[in-house]
Amino acid sequence: MADHEYNEVPPELQRNVFFTTLDTIYNWSRGSSLWPMMFGLACCAIEMIATAASRYDMARFGMEVMRPSPRQADVMIVSGTVTKKMVPQIVRLYNQMPQPRYVVAMGSCATAGGPFKEGYNVVSGIDKFIPVDVYIPGCPPTPEALLYGMMRLREKILRQSIKTVPWYREGRDDIPVPVLGPDIFDVRRKDDIKARVRELAAARDESSEA
Amino acid sequence: MSETMPAVDSTLPYNDVVPGAVIGQDGETLIVAREKWPELARYLRDKEGYDYLSSVTGVDNLTHPKRKDVERFEVVYHLYSIQRGGGPLVIKVRAPEEDPEVPSVVSIWPGADFQEREIWDLFGIRFPGHPNLRRILLWEGFHGHPLRKDWKEAYYEEEKKPFGSRWPKGDYPREKMRLPWQEERAIWQDNVVYPTDFAPDTWQPPEITYHFGLDLYRELEGLKTDRIIVNMGPQHPSTHGVFRMVIALEGETIVGLEPEMGYLHRNHEKIGERNTYLMNIPYTDRLDYICSMSNNLGYVLAVEKLLGDVEVPERAHYLRVIMAEFTRIVNHMWAIGFLLNDLGAFFTPALYAIEERELILDLFEAASGARMMCNYMRPGGVARDVPEGWLDQARKLVNERLPRAIDELDRYLSENEILLARTKGVGYLSPEDAIAYSTSGPVLRGSGVPYDVRKAEPYSIYDRFDFDVVTEEGGDVYARYMVRIREMRESVRILKQALRDIPEGPVMPPGKQKYSFRVPPGEVYQRIEAPKGELGFYLVSDGSPNPYRYHVRAPSFINLTALGPMCVGYKVADAVAVLGSIDIVLGETDR
Repeated sequence: MADHEYNEVPPELQRNVFFTTLDTIYNWSRGSSLWPMMFGLACCAIEMIATAASRYDMARFGMEVMRPSPRQADVMIVSGTVTKKMVPQIVRLYNQMPQPRYVVAMGSCATAGGPFKEGYNVVSGIDKFIPVDVYIPGCPPTPEALLYGMMRLREKILRQSIKTVPWYREGRDDIPVPVLGPDIFDVRRKDDIKARVRELAAARDESSEA
Repeated sequence: MSETMPAVDSTLPYNDVVPGAVIGQDGETLIVAREKWPELARYLRDKEGYDYLSSVTGVDNLTHPKRKDVERFEVVYHLYSIQRGGGPLVIKVRAPEEDPEVPSVVSIWPGADFQEREIWDLFGIRFPGHPNLRRILLWEGFHGHPLRKDWKEAYYEEEKKPFGSRWPKGDYPREKMRLPWQEERAIWQDNVVYPTDFAPDTWQPPEITYHFGLDLYRELEGLKTDRIIVNMGPQHPSTHGVFRMVIALEGETIVGLEPEMGYLHRNHEKIGERNTYLMNIPYTDRLDYICSMSNNLGYVLAVEKLLGDVEVPERAHYLRVIMAEFTRIVNHMWAIGFLLNDLGAFFTPALYAIEERELILDLFEAASGARMMCNYMRPGGVARDVPEGWLDQARKLVNERLPRAIDELDRYLSENEILLARTKGVGYLSPEDAIAYSTSGPVLRGSGVPYDVRKAEPYSIYDRFDFDVVTEEGGDVYARYMVRIREMRESVRILKQALRDIPEGPVMPPGKQKYSFRVPPGEVYQRIEAPKGELGFYLVSDGSPNPYRYHVRAPSFINLTALGPMCVGYKVADAVAVLGSIDIVLGETDR
């Protein structure tokens, strides 16, 4: 066989071969088949289901494959109020997701506590514990808003570059799971809390002596 | 008789049968001595026919201006008779601050189980005799009991809303350019409070013992067997939200099941007691977030009952009934779709069910402005009239589309072999147990008890409509499924009548609507037949613009009491179906 035959693209393939950058193809394929985790917390989960149902149909964007297992999911839609009792489980689920992983805070509760912010069992937004990529306002956001949020997430993915993304570096950026003590207790803030407890105890002793 | 014992007042009811039990009367409410309470309770259940304990809740009288001289804590019981129907018998049992104990009535009405645990959790009132008194909504080890009036949350600002201005003189420094976050104002820079003896390094959570308390290792007919505990949830594809079932298994058979909840405890009642009466309406939307209109209805009826002299316009009455019945169809469609989901028909039936739901939500959106969180009803009427053409659209839906859709679901599903195999004879609940566990709604009627608040104690204008109370004799998952199918047909019947008869006219009483209104002192319990069961609102007013005590008797929470007994003896895969047939929504379960 002559050499030139190797260099020629066969005619039947000539219309089917495209050249692109690795980043583009990598991001395009990731962004077009985001698998959300099947994970509902509260009212927003109902709107999430409605978004997946026939009228709004998330399948149009390749996002209909809801996975109940975090091991198979790309994006966690935190859909509803994050309570203190639930947040250890959410952090654990986040840690179990394979990288690259994305988090969407759906609705005002997941964003900042929403109407229930003042409640004693409510976390003021999931971003106190895990990093959030897209915030969707609304109480609950309409299905259109959720779809728009997912589009913005896709835009974000399309801008990433394989050279700079964190998940090919060494180590994982897992979040320490918070502990349910007398109140929810973020392990990362331990020193802070200890110092403050000492301060308050000292103040209490002083006032009782006086 | 010793001198400390007060004389028995024979003019008070029931003192001839249980001497010294009733120590006072406040209107219709009986105040009962706590030592005598179990004895009287047994008498009321066995001889007086008060077999249905609807609601148990606590009240902390600490700051109530009119209750300075009574004991600090009281537990309020609302008893009904399934046989007779009609209004409640209200019992109050009081306990002093230094000894907050009230005897448990779980052995008399098992439906008190979770409710007493909730009172222990939120008020710190102990119930001697309760088999499993541990926290239910919060976790073991949480500091304090939040619904006590002297317990302050981390973001506490003022006792009552609306809060005063943070800069009453308007002297807010311009250069700061933004308001401080709530976190910056809190002592711990976050929504947390720790006791001063908290040591993060050595913290050990208290150990939890489960109700079933069985030995995990035992010998069975000479074989050494091993029971295992399986946790289903809070993240599980079948659990209808963040809900955990702790299941003890022997092989595949369930030998014990205990629900674990509180993963969506959003402090509805604490927030509700800071809010004004009007502010609470959007919060009720978020209780059972599938049926926001029914929640609105229950709450505004309670406030109206407390206000006393509210004249609701005729059109508003009809609009309320129309919305509530549409909500029932939405809920039952959803429940059936997701029951099938749990049985393994993954999402196909649910997609069909959601299709009709979207059409009804369109109507809600046109009337109220929101798809799910409608915030539509007000004490006195509804927020606004429906737009032009709405009624025609609703009539078209009710006359043409919905009956067809219900028939379609019925035709495709009810005779389906797999559905029958998975649901017939599964999760049996006898009528006696259904009453004893205080279940309500389709769970109660699926056990053959014809009890519907719309007929038993009619509210709004339900006495004007012609409809039947649906019952099924089976008592299993299939019966509850069938009750839902048939109830949707009854709802369509009511809707047809309401849409035919609805008059023209105003939707709110004349006069300017106020953002804040004073409510005369008193207390009220108003229950409605919500799609999931009996939804009750218990309000105590001290005459201020904010409710002094605000309690929601949530049907999904109390129906769950029967979940354990219903599942024992069946396979672990059936637990999912039984849970689906109870039809819970966590927003309401945990509040």
